[in-house]
Amino acid sequence: MAPGAWWEEPVHPLERAWVVIASLIAVVFFSAMMLVWHALGQQNVRGRAYRVDPKAYQAEVERFVQQYKAGEEAGQPVVAPPPGSDVYMLAQRFRFYPILRLKAGERYVLHVASIDYLHGFSITQPHVWNLQLYPGYEWVIPFTPREPGTYHMACNDFCGVGHEMMLGKIVVER
Amino acid sequence: MAQPAEARTCPVTGFRVHRAAEDLVKANAVAAVVALLLGGLAAIVVLFTRWMGAFRPETFYQYLALHAWNMLIFWIIFFEIALLHFAGSIMLNTRPASPAAGWLAFALMVLGALMVERAILTNPLNHLSFQPYPPLRGTPDFYLGTILFAVGALLGVGVFFATVHRAYREGTHTGPLPLVVFGAFVAAVLAVATLLVGALVFVPAFLWSAGIVPELNPFLWKVAYWGFGHPSQQINLAATITVWYLLSQLTVGGRTPSEKISRAAFVLYLVAINLGSAHHLQTEPSGALSVGWKWINTGYLMHLAVLGSMIHAFAVPGSVEVGQRLRGYSRGLFDWLVRAPWHNPAFSSLVLSVALFGFLGGTTGVIAGTEQLNMKWHNTTAIMGHFHGVVVAGTTLAFMGITWYVLPLIFRRRVVGERWARWQPWLFGIGVGLLVLAFMQLGVRYGLPRKQPDIFRFRGLPLAFQWPAEVYALLTVAGIGGLLALVGGALFVALVVATVLFGKRLTDDELRREYAVPAAAGNPGHSAKELPAVPGTFVLCLVFAAFFVLMYLGNYWNLSRAWPIGG
Repeated sequence: MAPGAWWEEPVHPLERAWVVIASLIAVVFFSAMMLVWHALGQQNVRGRAYRVDPKAYQAEVERFVQQYKAGEEAGQPVVAPPPGSDVYMLAQRFRFYPILRLKAGERYVLHVASIDYLHGFSITQPHVWNLQLYPGYEWVIPFTPREPGTYHMACNDFCGVGHEMMLGKIVVER
Repeated sequence: MAQPAEARTCPVTGFRVHRAAEDLVKANAVAAVVALLLGGLAAIVVLFTRWMGAFRPETFYQYLALHAWNMLIFWIIFFEIALLHFAGSIMLNTRPASPAAGWLAFALMVLGALMVERAILTNPLNHLSFQPYPPLRGTPDFYLGTILFAVGALLGVGVFFATVHRAYREGTHTGPLPLVVFGAFVAAVLAVATLLVGALVFVPAFLWSAGIVPELNPFLWKVAYWGFGHPSQQINLAATITVWYLLSQLTVGGRTPSEKISRAAFVLYLVAINLGSAHHLQTEPSGALSVGWKWINTGYLMHLAVLGSMIHAFAVPGSVEVGQRLRGYSRGLFDWLVRAPWHNPAFSSLVLSVALFGFLGGTTGVIAGTEQLNMKWHNTTAIMGHFHGVVVAGTTLAFMGITWYVLPLIFRRRVVGERWARWQPWLFGIGVGLLVLAFMQLGVRYGLPRKQPDIFRFRGLPLAFQWPAEVYALLTVAGIGGLLALVGGALFVALVVATVLFGKRLTDDELRREYAVPAAAGNPGHSAKELPAVPGTFVLCLVFAAFFVLMYLGNYWNLSRAWPIGG
């Protein structure tokens, strides 16, 4: 099975054609597409993030809840901030706090941070998208809830036994 | 020095087989199969919990950890060390450089594995999942076990390098390394880099767990963790492809259409594949990891490695086609494939492994690793779909395939129940394939979270919710697929154990008659100029490319319908 002087052997035209095709696919689709989507697409993981002291963040979320509180459900405050405003969510073992009530088609700026462990911020049912949360990092990212409905959240990064109880909710109204 | 009992010449391959190497291959392969059995038993709990909520969440987390460590780490790495002893010593006709070091490596790996198993089994409320991100904290013996296992594996890799060196020094091998050893060499280099980065994360975690270091930065730890976690899968990738080339040689006398291109593809892995770590960090807070960093890693540089894989996607089936055409199956485009040795479980394992790995595992790896698309995939069951496509349908099935040669050629026993063995790859491959497809649909379309044991009741909490009916139907598909895979896996373990214990011993004559490598492989006289063209493979690859691009654009279309974010 000694290959001999393999570096001198010619490459068959069919294989050469495949290498060219594969290279083009890799460059045009897999690499350029990400940039194109940054320019033209509406869904990008593009925001800002800050290191944040968990206690300070918790106080900030509490101020937000007090300011726009509109009711209560399942022992959690339901918060209805005005369109265009900053909305806050806090992730901790084992809850997403508070419940949000938003207007469909309006833009908001989402602030979300974990105050203890890694968590998965996931708008799950119906499925929208996921963001990774770290303790001590505050995500700041604008978003627009499009279709009205009730959106359920479930943590999707293991955060200890009890992880299966970490649920949340966002209501989007017309 | 060389006594008659110390080495033999394999009647099938002509390799000089030293007993020291043979024993190390056997020991590591047996440990691998034991781990496969344990991981498979743990899979029962995982499967029935996700399918129908059969076990309590605590039990699920515990057995999920057991399943992951046994399958992804112990089964695969023990098998890879066996592969390195085979490639370094047997394929280069030399004695292992230091059998004693090989055995020390094996002992360390067994000890480390046992410590991890014990840590998971005895701390049901304090165990960690496979991604043990701080501040989640395991017990010190858990981290110590992983460190011992890694040190053992590193030593095993060192024995491989020393053995290759010995082969050249003593002249048992001259000229370039054979392609299979070259691939194993690349896997070994990746292993060294990976295990060193592993030390960077597990040593501090051990010190932290033991109370010596007060605190770990969870963000830096996770970034560094994937410097270990992703490359460790690249070792598997390189090893899997190496086994594919070996299987194509053993089953049909295959030859890669171009040694140059195949080797260049392996080198692309060395250059670019570790950047794949960024795939796991796509939805991290940007600012902490910038958009540019993500794009450079997973975009331009990473795709050098994807290119490597796409080249193998041509060269491996191309190798089979060359072998078959040299054997005379040269009519039309696909005569070589239709009239292939499908009765040989090693061959059907090879075909299923390549097809499932390519279409399911490989494409989804690129898609899930694309910056924006990752928002739909991250931490959903679609990720489980991806890695089961890669390491189960791909790596595990390939390793199972080569085992049908390890049993007669190394253990020198006739496979017990050969008729059952023919069905094994199909049961396992189709089962995993169904599981993978269902998981991907559940994840991307329905957002079903991974590592979630209680999606049916959510412990009856006020915020509990119901899934649409399609989710339950897809869970049944995944469940049936998983069950088929379990049966296929159990059949594999049963046949292997029965063969090693009770298989009929084969004489040299029987081996030569029944396992002969098809003629072309033993005939290195063919230079690339004389090899037949591979038009069938080219057509298959065009189909694959079209599928790949459609899947990729389809995922962007799916994303475009989600809520705008980041604008």
